Amino acid sequence: MDMILDNFNHLYHGFGIASDPFNILLMAIGILLGVIIGVLPGLGGANGVAILLPLTFSMSPTSAIILLSCIYWGALFGGAITSVLFNIPGEPWSVATTFDGHPMARSGRAGEALTAAFTSSFVGAFFAIVMITLIAPLVAQFALQFGPAEKFAVYFLAFASFVGMSKEPPAKTIVSMMIGFALACVGLDMVTGQLRLTFGFTELLNGFDFLIAVIGLFGIGEILLTMEEGLEFRGKAAKIDPKVVWKTWKTLPKFWVTSLRSCVIGCWMGITPAGATPASFMSYGIAKRMSKNGKNFGNGEIEGVVAPETAAHAAGTAAMLPMLALGVPGSPTAAVLLGGLLIWGLQPGPMLFVEQAEFVWGLIASMYLGNIVGLILVLTTVPLFAAILRIPFSIIAPVILVICAIGAYTVNNNVFDVLMMMVFGVLGYLLKKTNYPLAPLVLAIVLGPSAEEAFRQALLYSGGAVSVFWSNGLVSSIMGLGVIAGIWPLIALLFAKLRGTSAQPA
Amino acid sequence: MKHLHALGLGAVTALGMTALSMLPAAAAWEPTKPVEFIVPAGTGGGADQMARTLQGIIAKHDLMSTQLVVINKSGGAGGEGFLDVKGAKGNPHKIVITLSNLFTTPLATGIPFNWKDLTPVAMLALDEFVLWVNAQEPYKTAQEYEAAIKAAPDNTFKMGGTGSKQEDQIITVAVQKALGKKITYIPYKGGGEVAVQLVGGHINSSVNNPIEAVSQWRGDKLRPLCVFDSKTLPYTDKIQGDLSWSSVPTCKSAGLDVEYLMLRGIFMPPGVSDEQVAYFVDLFKKVRETPEWQKLMKDGAFNQTFMAGDEFKAWLEQSETIHKGLMQEAGFIAGN
Repeated sequence: MDMILDNFNHLYHGFGIASDPFNILLMAIGILLGVIIGVLPGLGGANGVAILLPLTFSMSPTSAIILLSCIYWGALFGGAITSVLFNIPGEPWSVATTFDGHPMARSGRAGEALTAAFTSSFVGAFFAIVMITLIAPLVAQFALQFGPAEKFAVYFLAFASFVGMSKEPPAKTIVSMMIGFALACVGLDMVTGQLRLTFGFTELLNGFDFLIAVIGLFGIGEILLTMEEGLEFRGKAAKIDPKVVWKTWKTLPKFWVTSLRSCVIGCWMGITPAGATPASFMSYGIAKRMSKNGKNFGNGEIEGVVAPETAAHAAGTAAMLPMLALGVPGSPTAAVLLGGLLIWGLQPGPMLFVEQAEFVWGLIASMYLGNIVGLILVLTTVPLFAAILRIPFSIIAPVILVICAIGAYTVNNNVFDVLMMMVFGVLGYLLKKTNYPLAPLVLAIVLGPSAEEAFRQALLYSGGAVSVFWSNGLVSSIMGLGVIAGIWPLIALLFAKLRGTSAQPA
Repeated sequence: MKHLHALGLGAVTALGMTALSMLPAAAAWEPTKPVEFIVPAGTGGGADQMARTLQGIIAKHDLMSTQLVVINKSGGAGGEGFLDVKGAKGNPHKIVITLSNLFTTPLATGIPFNWKDLTPVAMLALDEFVLWVNAQEPYKTAQEYEAAIKAAPDNTFKMGGTGSKQEDQIITVAVQKALGKKITYIPYKGGGEVAVQLVGGHINSSVNNPIEAVSQWRGDKLRPLCVFDSKTLPYTDKIQGDLSWSSVPTCKSAGLDVEYLMLRGIFMPPGVSDEQVAYFVDLFKKVRETPEWQKLMKDGAFNQTFMAGDEFKAWLEQSETIHKGLMQEAGFIAGN
């Protein structure tokens, strides 16, 4: 109890530092820069922060981290904009937002979707910050229990819940996921240090970057589909005004259960540290299963925007905790911020909270203020962003194409990647036409390498014994959950049979 | 720009005059556009941190007339970055920072490049390696830990490290050889992750660089047993209790005859002129004098050896032979 009171005391001082006018100005600048970075696919939070990092060398560490973390919050907010409007997720964790966000925009509800996305982001982030404030020192201890086996169990749960909870036929989900795993294998094999599936092409050394795949599959694929269906945006008739924001806010409290569940999933995944991407997918999958309107998910259900956005932001924010307390970045952006901390002469680790209390609590206070400033800024600009949809498709399509190409190039400064993006675009178009879900493919590209790494590290540790995945309570229970999630359709079928009702396909 | 105006006033051939006036001031070569600084590793690692610190120092002290832009090309264990520099023949606006993958990547993966394909500029520093265990383990000295490994069956002890067939695993193989016992090596993506896995007790020891594990030592979570250098470190600032880097014994003195240091050096593409190389040697000499650089060296307990020219080339030659020998013995050379 003393510890928590102590934390509040520190936080109070932190607010004093963060609410300095100069720091508030930095917050606003950071958020705006972040939103722009988030909107441009390929640039992404990690790159944006890396590019702007040198600017901060002359500032005090506290001001610097406030600016950079606000860029990060801004990018988290901004990632939702392109996901909803153009079906191009700016960041891995925005992929799940496209599932219902984009259909909403197409049916003329872009403003509603954006408001829901931003508000949920805020709720998720806020929940995570409160959690950080309350239990910072305890959580760091929990994260230490995650070795390779436990990490693999978390990834397994993400994959399994996607197969089991998806409304697509499980077979198609698995096929799509396997294509993703195969693509994820290309490049350097982390465990043996050997190249694989590069066939002597130096262009393939880096493997298939997730961003290239996503920009192609979603962005280019979407343009190809739209072209086939006639050169116009369906969201053209969208009428946007500030009232939409209030109207959406009135409907949001209905989803408090989904929201709360997503917050918990997000915090858990952010700390463990599996990250925001599995959190958003898992939260979406579970919401779809639990919601009354679950069947309508994928056709523009507002709850389908709330779930992944809340979880992604809770996870993205919670990921700051292991970074500060352990020096383990929970996301690529956190990794770059970690580099910044070291340059400013701060050593992340268990002692940071003790030795640099002013810095840490200044940062935590800035998270509260930064997210409030962020929410106000992005909400006031919703009408502006939604207005983009009123521009004729024949003008906007080439612009999107150029932005996609620039994005693909920026990832590795490589022209080959732009060609790869085109190939992925055609692949995305074909998969959509044949009704294969794209999300499992992307999930596999994003998490496949980490899952493989954790799996093989665990087996190296155990000397090849698979029993390592059932060796303690923590790993067994996560694996158990995963197995249940994976075979859920079968369980549901069994229950239905037992009850004697007609079997409903899951 | 001020002297440009002064010279141009009244002069008929103002443009020609200013052009001439610039020349004697900068007789040597100078970059005329932003310089790309390639990091053949991912963001957040040791090489990346050093590159970004260099970028910050050069910008802050205005040591270069144009910008320095850090670009990460980490594909194929850094092979992507080295191939990029190798391919930029004669381009003086590109430099690359190296780690041990300069030697290990071509040997382990067969990616076609060698340090001789690049133009060596300077050795900035050497990174140290320290043998770490969890502070809750009973081993207070390297001798006790060695005895425990020797007494247990093969592969009982697990060593975590960064990457595969790179410096950490090379050291692990050397330790194995010195002790005559097999140790399981588990590769992780980054040094910070390795340190945390050691704190969590998922591995028994690591050979983390000082900067990767120092905060865990300060928090009394990890304990350094010995340093893989020929002499103890000179840094005497207290880190944990009364202990400082200088109180960590060398592994050799603790009965573990293994030495390994990692190059933090700068290279340029092939075919650049001596003048251009001299510019960057001079630039990094200036960087070494800044307080920020001194602080980085102290924080990371680096070995501050600086080399350039033939001395550096001779060192590289020797280091390559050592790596080839170590990797051959360990069976790490790509079969092709």
